[in-house]
This record gives sequence, C-alpha cells and structure tokens, in this order.
Amino acid sequence: MTTLSTPPPGSTNRTSASSDASDVFEASKQAPSAASSRRGVARVPVRRRGDTRFVLACLLPALVLFAVFMAVPTVNVFRMSLYTWSGFSPDMRFVGLDNFRRLFDDDQFVRAFQNTVALLVVVTVVTMGMGLFLAAIMTRQRLRGRNLYRFVLYIPNVLSVVVIAATFSAVYDQENGLLNGALRLLSLDGLQQVWLGNQKVVLYSVAIAMLWQSLGYYMVLYMASMSSVPEELYEASALDGASAARQFFAITLPLIWQSLSTTLTFFIMSAVNLSFVLVRAMTGGGPDGSSEVLLSYMYKQAYTNSSYGYGMAIGVVIFAFSFLVSLLVSRATRREPLQF
Amino acid sequence: MTTPPVSRLRAARLLTHTLVAALALVIAVPVAWVLFASVKRKSEFFGSPWTLPEGPHLQNYLDAFVTARMGQYFLTSAFVTVLGLVFVLAVSVPAAYVIARYEFRGRRAVELALLAGLFVNVNYIVVPIFLMLVDWDRSLIDVFPGGFFIDNPAVLSLVYAATSIPFTIYLLTAYFRSIPVEYEEAAALDGASRFRIMTRIMLPMARPAVTTVILFNFLAYWNDFIISLTLLPGDNKTLQVGLLNLFTAQKAAADYGRLYAGMVIVIVPVLILYAIVQRRLIEGIASGGVKG
Repeated sequence: MTTLSTPPPGSTNRTSASSDASDVFEASKQAPSAASSRRGVARVPVRRRGDTRFVLACLLPALVLFAVFMAVPTVNVFRMSLYTWSGFSPDMRFVGLDNFRRLFDDDQFVRAFQNTVALLVVVTVVTMGMGLFLAAIMTRQRLRGRNLYRFVLYIPNVLSVVVIAATFSAVYDQENGLLNGALRLLSLDGLQQVWLGNQKVVLYSVAIAMLWQSLGYYMVLYMASMSSVPEELYEASALDGASAARQFFAITLPLIWQSLSTTLTFFIMSAVNLSFVLVRAMTGGGPDGSSEVLLSYMYKQAYTNSSYGYGMAIGVVIFAFSFLVSLLVSRATRREPLQF
Repeated sequence: MTTPPVSRLRAARLLTHTLVAALALVIAVPVAWVLFASVKRKSEFFGSPWTLPEGPHLQNYLDAFVTARMGQYFLTSAFVTVLGLVFVLAVSVPAAYVIARYEFRGRRAVELALLAGLFVNVNYIVVPIFLMLVDWDRSLIDVFPGGFFIDNPAVLSLVYAATSIPFTIYLLTAYFRSIPVEYEEAAALDGASRFRIMTRIMLPMARPAVTTVILFNFLAYWNDFIISLTLLPGDNKTLQVGLLNLFTAQKAAADYGRLYAGMVIVIVPVLILYAIVQRRLIEGIASGGVKG
C-alpha cells in the first residue's frame, strides 16, 4: 500500500515514512496528552488465558461483514467482467477479455473516460490551489470573522449531492436561473448560456459544482496542517524581510508537503466518485453523453442496458485507473519529510 | 532589508479579505436562495429569481410533506441512519480495540485488508452487492415469498455499516493506540474482565474518536442516494431518493415550490447538526483527513 505510506496531516513527529501498513495506523494523529507514553507497537495489557476467544469474538462480526459486503463484491467486479450476462437469466457465458476489447471501440466509453480525466485534472488543480491559498490567508492573516468564513465555506460539504444538484439546477436554469438572472441584472445578456444543455459548457458547469462542494473541505484540511507549522519560522523570516508570498513558498508549502501528498491521493479517488454522483443527479450524463463519466456509464450499462459483464469491465477499468493514478501521484510527490 | 510600506500591506490585506468574503457569498447565496424560494408561490418563479418572496407561502411544505410523502421518507431515513450507526459501532469498536491492543496471529493481514478497504469506494461495488442480494432473495423464495433482502431498510443499514467499517476501524484504532496502557493494566490487576476493561474504561476514554466517527458516518448515511436508490426500489424510500424524484418531476412539470420545500426538509436537520458540532467535525478532519 505505497499510496498511503505518507502519514496523514498532524503527525509531524515521525522521522520517515515507511511503507509498513501498521505504521500508517500509528502515524495518524494522536491525542497530544498521550503522545509521550506511546512508544513502539501496541503493548498488550496483561496476557491471560482465553485471550484468543476474546479476540475472535471482537473481531469476527466486523470481519464477516467486511468480507461479505466489501471483499466478495470487489472480487465479483473482476470476475463478472470476464462474462456476458444480462443479469437475471441464468445464462452466463465466459468470454475472457472480450468485454475489454469492446471498450476500445466504444466511442461513448472513450468519451466518458476523457470527461473523467478532464474533470479530475481541472477540479484537482483548481480546488487544491484555491484551498491552499484560502487556508494560507485564513491562518496567516487572522482575518476578522474567520470562524464565520470557515463555517460558511464548509457548509457544502455537509449537504447531500442531490441537494447540490438541485441547487445548481436552480443556479443554471436557462429562464429563471440565478446565474442568467444575475447576468441580466448586470446587463451582460450576451454571456447567458444554457449551462446544462450546451454540450461545450456542461462539463465546466459540473466542474464548478464540484469545486463549490469540495473547496471548504480542503481549506479546513490545509488550515489544520498549516496551524502545526511553528510560528517562530514566520517571525524569523519576517525579520529578514520575507514577503507573505515568499513565506508561503519557502516555509508553508515545504512543511505541509506530506499532508498535501496524502490528500491528493484521496482527493483524486473522491473526485472520481463525486463526479459520478453529481452527474447522475444533475445531468444524467446528458446532453447526448457529453457529461458522462466512467462510473455513470458503468451504471447505465449495468442497469439500463442490462449488460452486467460489460458494465463490470468498466468497473475494472475504474479500479485500475484510480489505483494507477494514486500510485503515480504518490510517487511523483514523494519528498524527504522535513523536520521542524 | 526591504520592508513593504504599511499602506501597501493594508491594501493587500483588504484585497484578500474581500476575496474571502466574496467566496463565502458565492457559497452562502444559493443555499439561502433555496430557503427563500421554498416559500414562494408558483407565479413568483417566473419573474426575476432575485426577488424576495411576497409572503410565506407554506402550502409548499404541506405539499412536500404529505403529497410528495417526504414526511414518511424522513422517518425511513432516520431509521436507516440510526440503525446503521448502531451496527457500525457495535462491530467496529471491539474490532478496533483488539487490533490496537492485542497481539494475535494474522493481525497484520487483518490490518492490511482493512487498509485496502479504504480504497474501495462503495459506489464501485453497488452493482455486485445488489445482484448478490437478489440472488439471496431468490434462494429464500420459499421462506420469504416477498423477498427479504431487497427493499428492506434494515438490510440497507447493514450495507451502510459494512462499507464504512474500514474507515471507522482506521480512526478508532489510531485513537485507542494513543491511550496509555497503564489504565488497563491497573484495571486488570483489580480483576476487571477483558470485556469490562473495553466497555467501561477504554470506550469512555475514546469518546472524542467515537463522536468523530458517528458524525462522519451520519453524514455519509443520511446523504447517500446511490445505494438506497438501488436497494430500496419500492415505496419505502429514503429522503434523498424522494428528493431526487421531486427533482426529476420538477423538470417535467415546473413544480418548483414543492421541490425547494423538499430540499429545505433535507437540509435543515443537517445544518442544525453541523452548527452544533462544527468544532468537532473540523477537528475530525484534522485527525482523520481521509474521508472525502
């Protein structure tokens, strides 16, 4: 699990990130009061007879649920991708890699793939950039009312995707929408758009809704890691005449690099998912497939088209894709962790 | 040494402050607009969207609660969410505790499997879960002719709980490990049983982590619509699916008032909860940082 080998934000006391899985568990943020008493791997309180039975009793329910509802279905995605199957009939035919071969000739699949990649790149870059910028302002400049700003900016993260989709339909509505209404008020009628009905624009409209939803979350996340950077560093560099921008690039960014790298991995995975739920509720992949993403296309194949095998082949591609991207990202952003 | 003049600093501060305030407005205005729109009359939706409602038109809420059955869906959602939380805590707390504190064969394998589970998004595997449940129903057709697993809110809770186990155990294990072992050693010397140590000593001490887990899972269960859309195809829908139907119907019939009233019914409980627990939630992000 190399993708997780950088410790989550807040754990700055470790010297190096190893790829050891149990390390990751330990490295996550500890309660401050207990940090000193916790050295080495978990200590067993007192060994007594009957330990095994107790461990099994505690562990089994969770493991059974995990196996039945997560492990088995995941394996099934891979297994079913090798068959053609319409779902409810017993007729299930093994076709090997045929489903995957068909994917390459499927224009709609290629388009869904391109849309997914485009959304990932655009939304990731913009959200992380803006999130970092906002977090830096909020932590460094001690704005008046920053608690209120934080409260407001985080609101979209507690709203459901259906609510966000419906809200943005109200924003984007062609006739009575907030956006076109505002443009009319400002006499900028020429800029009015059919935001969700224009094939060229719809993907950007989805991207903006994704940005709107996740910006606050990443701002709060980065604020948390930035607040652990010691104040003395800023004071010292201010004495040397460093500007705020200089401080950001020379102090803040390198010191929170670890948590950036970790969040990037999770960001990409959750963006794959968010793009799907938003598209499912907001555009249904339309108009004419121009906002289709990988997961929504998988659903369409599975439920609407009843090609379960083909749908699961798309599922395998999604698994492979998000795994590869996470791996690449974590490799590309790897740096020697800095001590401070 | 070049210190920028004070006036330039002040201007930069003003600029960034305006920027943050503008962004906060962009977030707040659509949400506030929905609140206002939920009390507008149908005729008011065909003017400029930037007008305030003429008066509170509460018929929309009656329509949403009764005609669109959002009241009933609310109860289903509440039931599914609470039961899901009970399930996930009942299985995850003991498991996280023994993973954190006991040395046993296969511990690393268990940890690795759960860690891999963090990467499996539920939405990737809903289709196989659905097919599996259909299959179970078919083999039990003699016992339950109407089916048992599909269209059963309790089963939906179980699926929610199962799919959030990796995240829950991950957070709880980390927290249990941060608690000094001396407490348990003292209790063991006093003759407390293992079960008692876990429930009476460790669980209360892990309360902050348990609260965080409850919050994140509450939001995940309450806000989900993909799984509930698939697993509850009958009349017994959750609030989100009910809202999705209202949303689809509005596209056809332009029945705006009912939709926005429905949205407010979905948003308000979450907003109230958020306002109460925002500090906890934000600390939770700082410590977990993995749930997107």
